[in-house]
Amino acid sequence: MDKAHILPANASGLRFRDDPVHEEPAVTLDAFLTQPNATAVRVEAGEDARRLIPHFDRLALVEVDFPRFRDGRGYSSAKILREAGYTGELRAAGDVLVDQMLFMRRVGFDSFVPNAPVDEAVLAATLARYDFVYQPAADAAVPVWKLRHG
Amino acid sequence: MYKYDKYDQAIVDARVEEFRDQAARRIAGALTEDQFKPLRLKNGLYLQLHAYMLRVAIPYGTLDSRQMRMLGHIARKYDRGYGHFTTRQNLQYNWIKLEEAADILADLASVEMHAIQTSGESIRNVSSDQYAGAAADEIADPRPWAELIRQATTFHPEFSYLPRKFKIAVTAAEEDRAAIRLHDIGLKLVRNGAGELGFEVYIGGGMGRTPFVAPLIRPFLPAEHLFSYCEAALRVWNRWARRDNIHKQRIKILVHDLGQEEFTRQVEEEWQAILPNQSDVPMVEFDRIAAYFVDPPFEAGAPDEIDRSDPDFALWVDQNVVAHKAPGYAIVNISLKPIGGIPGDASAEQIELMADLAERYSFDELRVTHAQNIVLPHVRKADLYALWQTLSENGLAEANLDLISDIIACPGLDYCSLANARSIPIAQKLSQRFGDDRQREIGELKLKISGCINACGHHHAGHIGILGVDRKGTENYQLLLGGSGAEDASLGKITGPGFDEDGIVDAVEKATQVYLDRREEGERFLDTYRRVGMEPFKEAIYG
Repeated sequence: MDKAHILPANASGLRFRDDPVHEEPAVTLDAFLTQPNATAVRVEAGEDARRLIPHFDRLALVEVDFPRFRDGRGYSSAKILREAGYTGELRAAGDVLVDQMLFMRRVGFDSFVPNAPVDEAVLAATLARYDFVYQPAADAAVPVWKLRHG
Repeated sequence: MYKYDKYDQAIVDARVEEFRDQAARRIAGALTEDQFKPLRLKNGLYLQLHAYMLRVAIPYGTLDSRQMRMLGHIARKYDRGYGHFTTRQNLQYNWIKLEEAADILADLASVEMHAIQTSGESIRNVSSDQYAGAAADEIADPRPWAELIRQATTFHPEFSYLPRKFKIAVTAAEEDRAAIRLHDIGLKLVRNGAGELGFEVYIGGGMGRTPFVAPLIRPFLPAEHLFSYCEAALRVWNRWARRDNIHKQRIKILVHDLGQEEFTRQVEEEWQAILPNQSDVPMVEFDRIAAYFVDPPFEAGAPDEIDRSDPDFALWVDQNVVAHKAPGYAIVNISLKPIGGIPGDASAEQIELMADLAERYSFDELRVTHAQNIVLPHVRKADLYALWQTLSENGLAEANLDLISDIIACPGLDYCSLANARSIPIAQKLSQRFGDDRQREIGELKLKISGCINACGHHHAGHIGILGVDRKGTENYQLLLGGSGAEDASLGKITGPGFDEDGIVDAVEKATQVYLDRREEGERFLDTYRRVGMEPFKEAIYG
């Protein structure tokens, strides 16, 4: 299944992309929308990720904040960005725990900067545990209804 | 009924191992209780007053005898020999050890069952009409749609850390036996003028501390778009619900705060954005699911006559047996409300007996009802007497369906860590007070008891509702009148100051006396209340 690389910039981060790490710091959503040269943005829970859609051509990194792991707004933010065609780095940051990472991968996150380090063996087992899924999402997994009917 | 294929089985098996690993990490201290709690809740495991409670999913309340027997086996092996059937058509065990929970899940998985999303801030077990596939008044069996929703909502990656719990109910009959307008999403299967199938979509109902009857958000949703429309509503809610106050995070609050019109506009707009994802389950898959729900082979020419010479049997037939769509067949309700008993409880032996009876008399099928009873959906009328005799010998033939002793009650302070007051003893006293010929004189009267404001006992939807509260350290019971969870959905109103344990039983008696004194021909308690209003009841109770 998918394989994580350690983020070189941050020893506690994980990255599921092969392209070079984006160097510019992420700015707030409001700052990003007013600074035409900004290329990285941080979206807080409760902010409307759709406001980024007109700016994908200059956007290389979207960092979505999880203030508490039980706050699931960031899953919708990620899914909306992937549905709209965003292909750059999508990072989950904050109170991000290993047991949430499978669903985060499924909605399109491809890097993680958790507050506390993640046990990589547990993560590998977690990401590999399910061979089948019931719904299409932002990952490559094929829903079982498609497998059933070819 | 639905059978797992290799995909369904692999997913449920993987879940058992995932939970086994999570529980082991919790026991080893790698997960804090705060981190573990939402994980165990997504598997139906609560920490209650005395022990863990495990809630097993019975999707849309349908199960076969093999599954029912396993529920009895688990009650005996891991619990204290009992199971408790719930208002979400599920079953709960009240005396579970964390160390054994994964083994129970493995036992469940061996009979195509699970406890996935029976709790926590997730999309819960989908509920439906307990007479689905047997009722004379439905336009089609709603259960294939419920199964489609079950699969599509299982481990939905975007909607697994929701603002609060989320409950969906599906029905297909004029008579609403699934309380759809008291759900986050209520779906009623209908046909439009062109004869096409679709759904009336109600969103934003619910009970709890702020009850609402759901408004109609879409009068006709083409059936093939059922899931994408649910996703649109879930997404609007997941993004914009409050997250700062657990009591204001259900979708009903968002619908109320935005207003029906603005909420509808946002859902419709989101739906247009979601449609290109093609997340709707295709109709070829629906057809595969629906094939599992074809009628069993009803015997042509099965006799339609019932020998009523035994008066006790005749009484039970009149009260607990309902018309079936096939000639010569009947729908049998097995009451789990014996007079003085605990509503919804069944012993391991009773559970196994009901499994045997389903196998012998009902094409191997059982249903759990939201009123906490069991249904044998397809019984030949010619078999009713033999069936009744066996039920009688085993304490399962109480003839009280929809009568005042057929009480819905939450577990209350006897078990629940959220409760303020006990529910079970009130139910027991009430059924003892009325459980003679008086309940038959009173007729249909749905009485529902909750031991706290969270309303698990559906007190808002009772013709008579009782709400237990804590009043300066003592249990106090408020009385509500006029609620309904049916197609005439309404919320009960509080009569006035509350009562102690004996006082509430007396107050209910006074309310029923007002009804008996003032009812007109053909009126149920609820009808009389709606006609005469609260005042005469208040006078009798407090005057």
